[in-house]
Amino acid sequence: MSELTPEQVKHHIKTYVLVFVSLAFLTIVTVGISYLEVSVGMGITLALIVASIKGSLVACYFMHLIDEKVTIYWTLIATVVAFLILIFVPLSAILDHTKI
Amino acid sequence: MDIPYTVKNRPDTGLYNGKLGIWLFLASEVMLFGGLFSAYIFLRTGVESWPSGSEYLDIPLATLNTLFLITSSVTMVMSWASLKLNDFNKFKIYAGITLLLACAFLVIKYFEYSHKFHVGYFPSYNNFLGIYFTMTGLHVLHIIGGIIVIFYFWIPGAKMWESDPERFTNRIEIVGLYWHFVDLVWIFLFPTLYLL
Repeated sequence: MSELTPEQVKHHIKTYVLVFVSLAFLTIVTVGISYLEVSVGMGITLALIVASIKGSLVACYFMHLIDEKVTIYWTLIATVVAFLILIFVPLSAILDHTKI
Repeated sequence: MDIPYTVKNRPDTGLYNGKLGIWLFLASEVMLFGGLFSAYIFLRTGVESWPSGSEYLDIPLATLNTLFLITSSVTMVMSWASLKLNDFNKFKIYAGITLLLACAFLVIKYFEYSHKFHVGYFPSYNNFLGIYFTMTGLHVLHIIGGIIVIFYFWIPGAKMWESDPERFTNRIEIVGLYWHFVDLVWIFLFPTLYLL
């Protein structure tokens, strides 16, 4: 992001404002979902989908991941793989219990 | 001796060193918080019933805190954009607002914690409160770390703008990346602990 022209920066600023409005709206949606009369599983799924959309907006636009260098993408791909393993370890324990 | 690649990109990575450094640090942070989210899943799926966050936690206050952090993220990126536009005064304003919002987050967290301690809800009370205090406590430490660094660049470290503006702008980009990550963690902590 170091070689941006002032015009490009001004265009980015408009995007930041749009992303901010979207994040504020999605926060209200997240809270609204928690009051819905749905099953726990459905509630968790919906809340995590909204949180993932919010997280993606922050990462893509505020952290400029949408137009970053390949080096960073590779670093993050490795991180995501390790993160998923970490998250699925407890789930494998549940499967273990189910077998018993 | 000058530190190499603080402004210009390295030919092999295509990035200045500080930027690659902060992304590697953030990767380690993903694993740190990932371990705690993993512990949360393990605890939650290991019991028959798990309390709803609203039984112990204050959702309106946490929603307000979420809005504070989201707003601080946009003011942080605007402070960087202001430097890109050579507007140092606007940088000062936006960075100052970011600091104010971060402090407001801490004040609300203080009220949340003190209320819980007052009614006897300590981390040892049950697993839910144990993981709640661990995860939000670690997040609060990250907020405090961010406040210290942003404050440094807001007052004493801002002198670099006079001598080396491009390097200073890159430093703000780096602290911004850290701050957005802290916001991102909260975006997942909020529904996980408070709403589910």
